[in-house]
Amino acid sequence: MTQLALVIDLNVCVGCHACVTSCKEWNTSGSAGPLVDERPYEADPTGTFFNRVQTFEIGQFPDTETVHLPKSCLHCEDPPCVPVCPTGASYKRKEDGIVLVDYDKCIGCKYCAWACPYGAREFDEHSKVMKKCTLCVDRIYDRSLPEADRKPACVKACPTSARLFGDIHDPQSEVSAAIRGNGGYQLMPEWSTQPANHYLPRRQTRIKIHPDELERSDNPRKRDAQLPKPGPTGPTIEDAVGW
Amino acid sequence: MRPPVSVIFLTTLIGAGQGLFLALFTVQLYTLFQLLPAPEPRNLYAPGSLLVVLLLLAGLIASFFHLGHPERAWRAAAKWRTSWLSREVIVLPALLGAVALFGLAHWVEWKSTLATLPSGGQIDLTVLLGTLAAALTFGLFVCTAMVYACLPFLREWHSPLTVVNFILLGGASGFTLASAVAVRAAPSLVGFLGVWALIITALASAARIGSLVRNARLRPRSTAQSAIGVKHPKIVQKSQGAMGGSFNTREFFHGARPTTMRMVLLGFPLLAFAAPALLLAVGLIQDAPFAFVVAFALQYLGLLGERWFFFAQARHPQNLYYQSIA
Repeated sequence: MTQLALVIDLNVCVGCHACVTSCKEWNTSGSAGPLVDERPYEADPTGTFFNRVQTFEIGQFPDTETVHLPKSCLHCEDPPCVPVCPTGASYKRKEDGIVLVDYDKCIGCKYCAWACPYGAREFDEHSKVMKKCTLCVDRIYDRSLPEADRKPACVKACPTSARLFGDIHDPQSEVSAAIRGNGGYQLMPEWSTQPANHYLPRRQTRIKIHPDELERSDNPRKRDAQLPKPGPTGPTIEDAVGW
Repeated sequence: MRPPVSVIFLTTLIGAGQGLFLALFTVQLYTLFQLLPAPEPRNLYAPGSLLVVLLLLAGLIASFFHLGHPERAWRAAAKWRTSWLSREVIVLPALLGAVALFGLAHWVEWKSTLATLPSGGQIDLTVLLGTLAAALTFGLFVCTAMVYACLPFLREWHSPLTVVNFILLGGASGFTLASAVAVRAAPSLVGFLGVWALIITALASAARIGSLVRNARLRPRSTAQSAIGVKHPKIVQKSQGAMGGSFNTREFFHGARPTTMRMVLLGFPLLAFAAPALLLAVGLIQDAPFAFVVAFALQYLGLLGERWFFFAQARHPQNLYYQSIA
């Protein structure tokens, strides 16, 4: 069983929203029709997006840390939005685990959005149907694209490679290795929805710097200052170990 | 949650209709066992059933305003195996049909006896149709309530009390309406229906206040920590990815001021329970027929407030991601 998913490295995400704009661009241009944008150049613009980057501040000033959290449909392995749909418009694909909405069957009752604890679904006020991340299903299987481009638009757009895409059920895959090796976790595990998308936590990055690395051992000025002591020609310890 | 007006009208209108049907069928069962004098069927059952059908139809029409694509509503019957909403969509028209037939059978006085009880009661087609419709009525109550009660993370709704409340609140308004209808249709039954309306209103107030107490003690299971997966106790949202609002900010926040919430919380038990109970008591003791009509009007208003509060009180965990605009 394949379960395609995104793995998002919060340690690398810089919150640039490139994934948001790239997602919107790809999904507003597809055969499913545009994603609505209401009053785009007025005081209160609003619209339907599949992907949002949200920013959280952790801790108390001055000991704070900023976390950017890109949030899209998590393609849960046990999606609560699917069984509640009265028409069967919401469904989870058996072959790759993508949760999709059939826009031609959706009656726009919004019950699936109520049933999603993550707020991943957004109603399109223009086409009056529920919309959500498709993992770029119209792109990842498109054989007319070069193989390197058969990835979700957000993954292709990320300038820091914070977004990985692959099959989390394949233990050999890049995403499985990232989840295993870097403590990948799921959002709101308390509802046992088993989101397929995982997040890699922020990690404390410390570089250990030895004083030697800041001060060149073969600094000529230093050599001048130290000139008389070891003698100008004799070997020094630094000559022996420095490289 | 933002209380959807169409759903408020759907649930309260069909609730009153279902309660009214149960009241009619209760009278018929009592007369079947000769516990009550039989009313003139064309006066009570037929117009009563017509009123039930009208209430159910009004609720059904209100529900269409909730849909983005009402023309596709027929598709909603597809997933009855998994979706309570789908089950509701099937049971509501079935009940409508059963009540219509029940009223019609009474109107044409279809009295061919199918069986006779040892006590002498005659079981005819209307009793069979009534039993079927009563089963569908309770089925519809359960379906309507389970639409809300089946969502585990909306903890204010995820309780058996939701189902109990939908049954009792619908029953209370329906029996009050039945007593108001009986003022003209069957004056001898006003006392019987009024007392039942009083009893069910009292039970409903106990159950609803029970659920208010339960909800007041709930502690959210999802936190900012579990929402973004960071353990630190202090997490403040700085941006939600959009400044002009989104579907998520419109659909899941009721937007009412705390004072409005408090006024509805104090007002709906008064309108839905206290005032109708008082008026029913006055009507029963003083023999004031007008009191039953006013009692229903006030109770229905109160139940609109109750349903508004039911939605507004539910705190959706997705709101954790929408705490701050920028």
